[in-house]
Amino acid sequence: MEGQAPSPLPDQVLENVLETVLHFLSSRRDRNAASLVCKSWYRAEALTRSELFIGNCYAVSPRRATARFPRVRSLTIKGKPRFADFDLMPLNWGAHFTPWAQALAQSYPSLRRLHLKRMSLTDRDLTLLSLSFPHFQDLLLTCCEAFTTTGLAAIAANCRLLRVLDLAECVVEVADEEVDWISSFPETQEETHLESLVFDCVECPVNFQALERLVARSPSLRKLRLNRYVSMSQLHRLMHRAPQLTHLGTGSFSASELDPEPDYASAFAASKSLVCLSGFREIWPDYLPAIYPACANLTSLNFSYADINAHQLKSVIRHCHKLQTFWVLDSISDEGLQAVAETCKDLRELRVFPVNTREEIEGPVSEVGFEAISRGCRKLQSILFFCQRMTNAAVVAMSNNCPDLVVFRLCIIGQYRPDPETLEPMDEGFGAIVMNCKKLTRLAVSGLLTDRAFGYIGTYGKLIRTLSVAFAGDTDLGLKYVLEGCPNLQKLEIRDSPFGDGALRSGLHHFYNMRFLWMSSCKLTRQACQEVARRLPHLVLEVINSEEGKADDIEILYMYRSLDRPRDDAPKVVTILH
Amino acid sequence: MDNSLRISHEKELNLEATELRLGLPGSDEPEKRSVVRSNKRSSPEASEELECMSKGNMNSNGSDVTSDHDQDNVVPPAKAQVVGWPPIRSYRKNNLQQKKGEEGEGSGMYVKVSMAGAPYLRKIDLKVYKSYPELLKTLGNMFKCTFGEYSEREGYNGSEYAPTYEDKDGDWMLVGDVPWNMFVSSCKRLRIMKGSEAKGLGCL
Repeated sequence: MEGQAPSPLPDQVLENVLETVLHFLSSRRDRNAASLVCKSWYRAEALTRSELFIGNCYAVSPRRATARFPRVRSLTIKGKPRFADFDLMPLNWGAHFTPWAQALAQSYPSLRRLHLKRMSLTDRDLTLLSLSFPHFQDLLLTCCEAFTTTGLAAIAANCRLLRVLDLAECVVEVADEEVDWISSFPETQEETHLESLVFDCVECPVNFQALERLVARSPSLRKLRLNRYVSMSQLHRLMHRAPQLTHLGTGSFSASELDPEPDYASAFAASKSLVCLSGFREIWPDYLPAIYPACANLTSLNFSYADINAHQLKSVIRHCHKLQTFWVLDSISDEGLQAVAETCKDLRELRVFPVNTREEIEGPVSEVGFEAISRGCRKLQSILFFCQRMTNAAVVAMSNNCPDLVVFRLCIIGQYRPDPETLEPMDEGFGAIVMNCKKLTRLAVSGLLTDRAFGYIGTYGKLIRTLSVAFAGDTDLGLKYVLEGCPNLQKLEIRDSPFGDGALRSGLHHFYNMRFLWMSSCKLTRQACQEVARRLPHLVLEVINSEEGKADDIEILYMYRSLDRPRDDAPKVVTILH
Repeated sequence: MDNSLRISHEKELNLEATELRLGLPGSDEPEKRSVVRSNKRSSPEASEELECMSKGNMNSNGSDVTSDHDQDNVVPPAKAQVVGWPPIRSYRKNNLQQKKGEEGEGSGMYVKVSMAGAPYLRKIDLKVYKSYPELLKTLGNMFKCTFGEYSEREGYNGSEYAPTYEDKDGDWMLVGDVPWNMFVSSCKRLRIMKGSEAKGLGCL
C-alpha cells in the first residue's frame, strides 16, 4: 500500500534477530565460533562485537581489524612477547602503538576502553587518544613504555569521563620538564568519575596538594595505588579523604616528617571496605601494626617490595584468614611461609620473589616452605616460586595436595640444579605436576631436566597453553614431545636449550594454532627457519642476531602467525624470513 | 642432610670445592660473598648429556674459590649474571636494589639515614654529593639540626648532634674521618647520633 515502508525481507529479519541474539555473546571464543557458521553469521557477529582482543599486535593490521569490526568499544592489544621483559629483545624492537592510535581515532569514535600490554606508546599517541574519544572511560597500560608524564597530563586534562587510569609496571620516561600531571585533572569539575587511579610505577614525585584535592572530589574512587613518593602521613590524609577505598597501594610506607605522628591504625580501621593492600615500597617495619585492623578483611596482599622477615610477617599474616592472593619476598624465609600455610586456608595465588637474584647454594626459602604451603593451602590455583633449592618430593607433594593448580611456575635460580637430596633431575617432580594437576594451563620449568620431563609434559599436559623453558632438555626429542603432545599449546618460550632444526620441524602441523614461539640460544639454523617460512606462508619468522658474522646460527627466533604482510617497522638487527 | 654430609657428596662428585656460607644470602652482613660455583653439572651422568648443550649457556661462570677463613681483603669475583636470568623484570630488580643500597649497583647509591629520637627514616643517594660539606648541609636540612665544626681530633665537638655511619665492616664511624671517596664506597648507612653518643667513635 502507498505510504507504508516495504516489509523487511525474510533474510533481513533473520539478520536482525541474529544480531540481537549475538549481542549477548560475550566470550570471544564463542564469538569466533559463531563467525565461522556462515557468511551472514560472520557479518552479524562482526557488527555486534564490541570487545576486541588482539593477542599480538602484529598478527593483524589495524586496517583489517577496524574494517572487520566497526563497532568496537573496548579494545585490548598485546605487543612484545614476555621474554622482552628480561632484556632479551633489542631496544626499539617494535610494538609501536602509533599506527593503531591513528586507525582507532578514525574508526572508533565511541571507544570507551583501551588496555595495552607491552606496547610502546608515545606522548603523541596519548594526546591523540585523549582528544579522539569523547566517551573514553578506561585506560589500562601494563608493562608499556616510551611515554612521559606529558602524555599522562593530556589524558588527565582531556578525558572528562575518565573512570580508570591504571598504570601497571610501566616505564614512564622522565620528561625534559617534569610535568605535574596530577594537577592536569580539571579542578573545575566538581566531581570526577574516577573509580581507579593506579600510578605506583610512575617514578617521579607528584603534587600532593593536587592529589589530595583530586581524591577529595572523586566520590566513586575505589582503587588508589600511590607511588613511593607518597609518605606515610600523606597516605594518612588520603585515606581519610577516601574511606570507601577497596584497593589501596600505600606508597612508600615510611615517614618523612618530624611532626607528632597521626594514628595510622585508625585510618586503616576506618577503611572498612579495604580488601586489597599493596605498595610498601620503602617499608619501615615499625609501621606494620597500622594495617592490623584491615587484615581480617583482606583478600589480596602484596608485600613483594617489602623486605620484611618472618617475625614481622607473622605479626600481620596471623590476622589474614580470608587471604586469597599473596605476593611476597623470600626474605620471610621458610618460617614465614609456614605461617602463611597455617593461617591462609583460602589461598588461591602465591608469588614468592627473591631478594637476592644471584645463584647461591642455599636461600631463605626452599622445599621446606614450599611443602608447608602445599599442605596448608589446598585450594591453591596459581603459584610462582623462586628459590635456590627444591626437591622432587616437595613438588610431588604439591601435585597431590593442590590438584586445582592451573598455573605452576617454579624457578630454581641455579641453572641445571638437580634435586639436592637425591641428586636426580627434577623430571619426576614436574612429571607429577602435569599428571596430577588436571586443570593445568600454564607451566614454567627449571632445574636439571632431561628429555624425560618433556615426555611427561607431552603425555599429560593436554590443557597447557603456555609453557616456559630455560636451560633444560637434552635433545630434539624434548621439544618434539611437547609440540606433538600438547594440542592446546599457544605460547611457547624457550631459552638456552639444546633444541634444533628437527625439533622445529616437528611443530609444523601446529604452528598456525599458536600465538607465538620464542626460541633463543637454542640450536636452530637459518636454513631450517627459512624452510618453515616457505612451508607456512602465514607465519612470520623474526630472526634476531646481535652479530653480523654468524649468519647461520640463530640467536633468537620469534615466530608468530599473521594475516597480513610482515611488518616494516623492525630495527636492523631483526631479519624477517618469509 | 647436614652440612658435612652435603660437602662429602659434592666432593665425591668432583665438584670444585665451594664455599659454605655461614649466613643466609641477603642477610645483613658487612661482607656479602656470593657463593661461586663451577660450570659443571652436579651429577656425572648429566655431564655427559651436556655434550649437546647450546653455545648460549653458562656464559656466567667463576671457578674461583674462597672460604670464610680468607683474609678480608680477598673478594671473589662475583659470578657474572646471565642476561635475563632469573626471569625477573628489571623494574622489580631495580626497586629492590634501591632498597639494599649496599653495593651501589645501578644508577643510585641509596643509604638509609636515621636519627636518634626520631621514629622515621630517610633515604639519600650518596652519589649525588661531591663532598662532606654538601652532604652535611643536606642532612642538617632534612633533620633540622646542625653539626658544628669538624676537627680530626675532636670530631663534632660542641654540637648537639653528630653524623655517623656504619661501614662495610659493621663499625660505626664519625662522618669525615676518611677521605670522601672512601666514605662513599664503604658507607652502608648513616645515623645522626646525639653528641654524647658519638664520643668515642673514631677511625679504626
